[in-house]
Amino acid sequence: MAIDPIEARGDLRLTRITKSYGDFKAVDDLTLTIPKGSFFALLGPSGCGKTTTLRMVAGLEEPTVGSIHLGETDITTTRPYQRPINTVFQNYALFPHLTIFENIAFGLRRRGLKDVKEQVEKVLNLVELPHLAGRKPTQLSGGQQQRIALARAIVNRPALLLLDEPLGALDLKLRRQMQIELKWIQREVGLTFVHVTHDQEEAMTMADTIAVMNEGKIEQMGTPADLYDDPETAFVANFLGQSNLIKGKIDGSDGDNLVIDLFGQKISMAKSRSHAVDSSLYAGIRPEKFRISRTGTQVRGNTLTGGRIEDVSYIGVSTQYVVAMPWGQELMVFEQNDDGVPPFNKGEEVVISWEPTFTFGLRGDEDVEAGTEVNPEELDE
Amino acid sequence: MRTALPKVRVPYLLLFPGFAFLFTFFILPIVNLAQTSTQTPISGGDTGQYEQTFAFGNYIDAFLENREQFARSFVYATLATIFALAIAYPLAYAIAFKSGKFKNILLVLVVAPFFTSFLLRTIAWKQILGEEGFLVPTLRNLHLLGPQTTITSTSVAVVAGMTYNFLPFMTLPLYASLERIDPRTIEASGDLYANGITTFRRVTVPLSMPGVVAGTLLTFIPAAGDYVNAAILGSPNTKMIGNVIESRYFKIVDYPTAAALSFTLMAAILILVTLYIRKAGTEELV
Repeated sequence: MAIDPIEARGDLRLTRITKSYGDFKAVDDLTLTIPKGSFFALLGPSGCGKTTTLRMVAGLEEPTVGSIHLGETDITTTRPYQRPINTVFQNYALFPHLTIFENIAFGLRRRGLKDVKEQVEKVLNLVELPHLAGRKPTQLSGGQQQRIALARAIVNRPALLLLDEPLGALDLKLRRQMQIELKWIQREVGLTFVHVTHDQEEAMTMADTIAVMNEGKIEQMGTPADLYDDPETAFVANFLGQSNLIKGKIDGSDGDNLVIDLFGQKISMAKSRSHAVDSSLYAGIRPEKFRISRTGTQVRGNTLTGGRIEDVSYIGVSTQYVVAMPWGQELMVFEQNDDGVPPFNKGEEVVISWEPTFTFGLRGDEDVEAGTEVNPEELDE
Repeated sequence: MRTALPKVRVPYLLLFPGFAFLFTFFILPIVNLAQTSTQTPISGGDTGQYEQTFAFGNYIDAFLENREQFARSFVYATLATIFALAIAYPLAYAIAFKSGKFKNILLVLVVAPFFTSFLLRTIAWKQILGEEGFLVPTLRNLHLLGPQTTITSTSVAVVAGMTYNFLPFMTLPLYASLERIDPRTIEASGDLYANGITTFRRVTVPLSMPGVVAGTLLTFIPAAGDYVNAAILGSPNTKMIGNVIESRYFKIVDYPTAAALSFTLMAAILILVTLYIRKAGTEELV
C-alpha cells in the first residue's frame, strides 16, 4: 500500500511535467529520470526552467501538468516537509536567529531523531568546520555559510539533495575548490545530488550526467564528454564551450564516413556524428581540435586552406587565434603552447587541419547563434 | 591628518540640534520636575505656592495614596498591549506576506486613523460603545449583554480604546520586521521537515521578535501613562495614574505630588522595560 513519502527511495522520475504561469511555460512537457546515487546537473541559461524544475522537485511549486515519482512513490503534490528531499538554497537561507549547531540540527529535531548531537558533529567534521558550531550565520564568511548550508541538508540523509546554484555567490577560486569538495562529499555520503547551474564548467566538473535545458525543454542529456564531443544542437554546441559551426552540404559517403563540402573544400566525418536530417548541415569543430600550419606545409586529416590570421591572443597555456576564411567566416583556433613553435603573426596565410573524428554535424536549419548570447547578469566576475 | 579633523567634527555638528532640543525640552523640565517633587507648601502661603524642603516622603505618600491607580495603569496597559499584539500580528503578517499589490493601500489604512485627532477618535469610540450606538443594542438583542449592562464607563471600554489607539504603533514595527524576513528561510524550514505551524513557531516568530519587542514597547509605555482613554471612556472607578497626575497638577494644583507620581511612573516603566528587554533577549537578534 501507499508508504509514507518520507521513506521513499529510488530514482527520481519526472513524467511530462509542464509548469505554466499564464501563457508562459517555464517548463514544457519535460520527462526525465535521475538515477539513484548519481550527481546530476541541470544546466542552462537563466529563464530556461531549471530552477522551476528544481522547485517542483522540492515541493515549493506544483506542476501544472505531469507527475513526479521518487522510486515508486508519487510525490507530485506531497508537501515539502513530507518529502525526503533537502535543498541547498542559492543564498544559503540559513536561519539567522539560530547557531550553526541548531541550524544543522533543525531537520533532525523536526523529525524527532535521538542522536542529534552526534550527527551534527559528524557532519560538521565532514565539512571541516567543527569549531564554528556555536556561531551565528552572520559571523561566517560566504564559503563557510555555503558549507553549513550543505551540512544542514546532508545531515538528514535525504533520498535527494537539491543544489540551487550553490556556488554562485562565491569567488572563482573558492568556487573551484568547492566544486572538487562537493564531488568528494557526494561520493562520501552516496546521496543523489541534483545540481542546478548556468555555469557549464561547474556542471562539467561535478556531474556524472548533465541535462542541458533551454526554453523549458531538455536540449540534450549525457555525460559531460558526450555533450562536449557530440552536441546534437547548436544550442548545446555553443552553450557548452565554444564551437566553430561551418555551413556545408553532404556530398556523398565513404564507408562509415560522410564526405562534406564546405564552401568547395571536401572534408570527411563519421556518419554516427551527424545529426543532419537532409543534405544540408553545419560541420562543428571545437577550437582546440584545430591545428594551424603555414600555407604549403604537409598536413594530415581534414584541411581547410586559404585562412589568414586575423587576431592573436596569447593566454599562457594556449594561444587563441581568429582565422578569417575565404568565405568570410572567422574561425576560433586554440593552440597549446607546448611545441616551442613561436606563435603565428597577424596576417599570415595558414592552413587549418583536424582529425576527422572530431567533427560533429548539426542540422542545416539550426540557428548557429543559439546559446551564444550571454546574459550580463550571469557573467562571472 | 588634515582631512581627518573635519571628519571628527561632523558627527557632533549633526548631533547638535537634537541635543539642544533634548536639553531644552527634556533635561531642563526633568530637573525642574525633580526639584518640584520634593517641595512642600509654604506655611501660610496661597494655593500653589511651594518651597524646597527636600521632602522625599512625598514619594512614599504619593505612592501609598495611589497604589490602586498605579496597579490599574499597568494592568490596563498590559491588557491593551496583549490585545494589540493579538490583532496586529496577523494583520502585519497578512500585509507582509499575503497582500500582493494591495500592500501599500493596506499600510496607508493602518496609519489612516492618524489623520484624525487622537481625542476625536476616542470621543467617537464613546459613541460607538454608547447606549445609542450600534454595538450595545445588538449585543443586548443577542442576549450577550444584559439589559442594564453598559460598556462605556467600564474598564472594558478603556482597554478597548487603548488597544485601538495604539494599534498602529504595534502594527508598523511588526510589519517592518516580518517584511524583512527572507522568504527563503521560510522555504528552508519547510524543506527541513517543519510543517506550517512549526515553521511559524520556530522561524517566523523568532525572526519577528525585534518587531514584537519594539511594538509592545511603543504600545505599553504610552498606554501606561495614558489618561485620555480613561477620562473619556471610563468612570472614576477606572482612573489610571495619568488621570491622577492630571488632576493633581491642573485641578488641585498639588505640584509636588504630581511630580513625585510622574517620577515614580517613569521609574516603574523603566524597570519593567529593562526586565522585559532582558527577557526577550533582543540583543541576540540580528
